Amino acid sequence: MKASHLMLVGALTFAVLASTPAFAEPRRDAILAELLAQARRDEPGFGQFSAERGAALYRADHTGGKPGTASCTACHGNTPLETGQTRAGKAIDPMALSKSPGRYTDKAKVEKWFTRNGTQVLGRACTAKEKGDFLTYVTAQ
Amino acid sequence: MPKSIALLLLLSTVVTPSPAAGDERVPPVTDPVVNQECGSCHMAFQPQFLPQRSWQKLVDTLADHFGEDASLGETERAAVLDYHLSNAADGPKGGRAARKYGRRIAVGQAPLRITETPWWVKEHQEVRADKWRSREVKSKANCLACHKRAEEGIYEDEEHEDDD
Repeated sequence: MKASHLMLVGALTFAVLASTPAFAEPRRDAILAELLAQARRDEPGFGQFSAERGAALYRADHTGGKPGTASCTACHGNTPLETGQTRAGKAIDPMALSKSPGRYTDKAKVEKWFTRNGTQVLGRACTAKEKGDFLTYVTAQ
Repeated sequence: MPKSIALLLLLSTVVTPSPAAGDERVPPVTDPVVNQECGSCHMAFQPQFLPQRSWQKLVDTLADHFGEDASLGETERAAVLDYHLSNAADGPKGGRAARKYGRRIAVGQAPLRITETPWWVKEHQEVRADKWRSREVKSKANCLACHKRAEEGIYEDEEHEDDD
């Protein structure tokens, strides 16, 4: 193989590596895969999670939750790239994976917060579809 | 004592500023479950600041924790309760110095907020109302806004910083 071919192969390999999500992580992928399976059981014919729906969920004012926390943004930043603040005044690291690279790898922790914050904001647990959309949104940020 | 240890001890007293006379000192929270579970939304307050009966009631009502659902799994709940009962103002490991934080709380009362105990109220009576409302403080539960070493159990006397 000529040197130019080698360089081409190298460049292609780099391009492929660079285009895979920067924070690919098997534990995170497993959480999303499980949510997708659940979403498809909940809603036969369900396609894929959507970052756009996740963004809308993040920003929307919801009813049914507790006063003072109508949306995710009440405690998290106005965008997932911002640092949030709990009602007790403690800073919350940004939800965006690019800002907080360690997030969304511990399934129990992810579920704990979806349950708690679902109750807080929606007045009910988040559905698998909502969780998947949300994760798809914040992991792409 | 070996020389190296003596040197280390000497160095540690040099690098760590020692607290002033007016400061409050309690042991830092060392339990990883407590730091993780309690410390997510607010600083993990040292159990010494409330009596056992208060912590018991707090842990029993975590599903509605000042308006938030802070319920825990059974393992975590048991660990958090055990640590708080042991290290409470009147707990077996609270230490003699901590007794004062529980003093003057009526026997029949179990305050759920440290900020409502007579000791805390007295210590903070000079803090102006607008300071509590400022964005960086936001809540009386935010010890760290003023007491930078609160997590280490060192609460500096802030009276001279109220004038800024």
